[in-house]
Amino acid sequence: MIAFGILGVVTIPAIAVVVLALLPGYRLGALLNVIVSFLTMLAGFSLLGEKSFSNDIFILDPFNIYLILLNTFVGFTTSVFSATYIKHELETKRLSLPFVRFYHAMYQTMMAAMNLALVSNDLGLLWVGVEMATLVTVMMVGIYRTPAAIEAAWKYFILGSVGISLAFFGTILIYLAAQGTLGEGLPALAWTRLQASASDFDPALLSLAFVFFLVGYGTKIGLAPLHAWLPDAHAEGPTPISAVLSGLLLNVALYALLRIKMVLSANTEALHPGPIMVVMGLTSLLFATFMLYKQRDIKRFFAYSSIEHMGIITFAFGIGGILANLAGLLHMTMHSLIKSGIFFTVGHVSQAKSTQQFSEIKGLSVSHPVLAWGLALGVFAIAGLPPFGAFMSEFLIVSSVFVQSPWLTILVAVALVIAFGAMLMRLQDILFGEPTGASHPVEASYVPLFAHLTIVLIAGVYLPVPLVHWFEQVAAQLK
Amino acid sequence: MNDLAPQISYMLASGMVVCSFVLLYQIRLSSMLDVFAFQAVVLACSVAWQAHTQDSPQLYVTATIALVVKGGVIPAFLRRLMIKLKIHREIDPVVGVGLTLLAGVALAALAILVMFPVTAHAATFTRDDLAFALAVILLGLWMMISRRNAISQIIGFMSLENGLVLAATGAKGMPLVVEISVAFSILIALFVFGTFVFRIRERFDTVDVHVLDRFREDRQ
Repeated sequence: MIAFGILGVVTIPAIAVVVLALLPGYRLGALLNVIVSFLTMLAGFSLLGEKSFSNDIFILDPFNIYLILLNTFVGFTTSVFSATYIKHELETKRLSLPFVRFYHAMYQTMMAAMNLALVSNDLGLLWVGVEMATLVTVMMVGIYRTPAAIEAAWKYFILGSVGISLAFFGTILIYLAAQGTLGEGLPALAWTRLQASASDFDPALLSLAFVFFLVGYGTKIGLAPLHAWLPDAHAEGPTPISAVLSGLLLNVALYALLRIKMVLSANTEALHPGPIMVVMGLTSLLFATFMLYKQRDIKRFFAYSSIEHMGIITFAFGIGGILANLAGLLHMTMHSLIKSGIFFTVGHVSQAKSTQQFSEIKGLSVSHPVLAWGLALGVFAIAGLPPFGAFMSEFLIVSSVFVQSPWLTILVAVALVIAFGAMLMRLQDILFGEPTGASHPVEASYVPLFAHLTIVLIAGVYLPVPLVHWFEQVAAQLK
Repeated sequence: MNDLAPQISYMLASGMVVCSFVLLYQIRLSSMLDVFAFQAVVLACSVAWQAHTQDSPQLYVTATIALVVKGGVIPAFLRRLMIKLKIHREIDPVVGVGLTLLAGVALAALAILVMFPVTAHAATFTRDDLAFALAVILLGLWMMISRRNAISQIIGFMSLENGLVLAATGAKGMPLVVEISVAFSILIALFVFGTFVFRIRERFDTVDVHVLDRFREDRQ
């Protein structure tokens, strides 16, 4: 069963890449994309409740099972949204058929790469997964071939590949640190072994390796000041890609960084990763909060909101301790679900109004009431209003920080309030007033959006006890 | 093992750093490609030498990849691309050669200062390799930042990857899976680069990436 799950989440999408690349016609491709994503999700969910397992290549523990479930679930719902979204892009001739075929193949490549990163115990393989996912998203971001899209893709490519190169250098350094104790070859890159014997490694090498990892994977997480690619990539690519970028890829990069952090915390003499992550998280949070007010493009706006939330999550993990880790994990889940849900709505809104500029989107509550409701609920959820799940996770973060350092709490709370103000201001502009500009009826897929919002709402009201236990287990593992 | 082995690896690794410096002040795109190809050949020699001294035959594969792909195929491809785009005579001026080179020297010094203390316990050739590799990586980064032409940035990035391979092979017994992936990534990178360069040319009639920034300013 374990083998089926692990191999399934990687090979099912990988095989689909070939089929999707060869399959003519849009309908069949989109349908197959949904079916494959569904099968991948089944393979992912078959891992639920499995015992931990590891060899030199693959690993399975509560931490990555949790992320695989989230990854495959959002991958599936996004594929449903993507089907209607891409259909509209074909009809308006923004994309041609060969590009759609390419798009579907790349979508599954990305899923395979991210799942590979999640299940690999070998740090080299983990790196391969993240790198592949990066390169694939670069191509997806540039798919519209407008000047702005090419500029975004170029910037993403340059910054992404520099980041990923530095992460690779970090991998080499950690191998060197481990080599003396664990011997040469595969064992010296296996994460489980690294963590078990980290106390014997040279602390200076380990610390240096972490710095490279932090800059490398930190670029992919979108931590300020390494975030420059993120808003452009979100704004110029197809919206389903913005949804998986924000909802999944940022999480996978953070997952990689957290694995390294766990190795470092096992060695008492090495650098303490916590404070650095706190500072970077807080910087991203504050910076993105103020940048929210300057945005005129709706997708850029929510991209900055992703930087803000990745900042909060990194901050929580930096603080550490079971409570803060638990809050970080919860917030990671909530942010994934809500932000991808918001991008589903934003995608349809920008199609309905043929623009992404705030100034041209007005009176949505009159022209497209269901989308307006979806957007409003999504924004309330991401702003951390009760009864949605993000309220609970943000509350947990703030209260767990308060115990350790009350001053930081004030900073975080103020940033959250300021971000809320920006959200409310923009939402009011979009929903009310006279509808202006172009406005088309749009065939939208509401199911993925409301499925995400329902889960977030239920999580906010009541978290099942087994789930809480599971999260506690992961939080304890993270230390 | 006699004393000659580490000295040869030292010489080859430092040869790569020298190539990186030469790259920094090239102004003609075609001569930049020549220097890059030469650096790849030096890299291939260095990797082959490691394969010999570490007695790990799989490294010969990496050496061959470096020689054939980076020393031959990629430069040839880029040259064809440049002729097709009619930019093979184009010049990408280095602004302030003196300052650029000084910054390069500072970066190389930084690499050695960072790497030597932490690798104090490692074997000598690992130490040298890693320090020089980091220097090549940083110089590649510096080239990507200081140049404005898309092709110069590509060459900077590939020279950075050369540094990564040097580092990976210097770490004795690093699993092959990683080396394959590095080679693999370069192929994909080329693919991506190629398409982008083409599209940039298609849209703007130039590969100067500063033109892109203008679009960005208009938009905001």
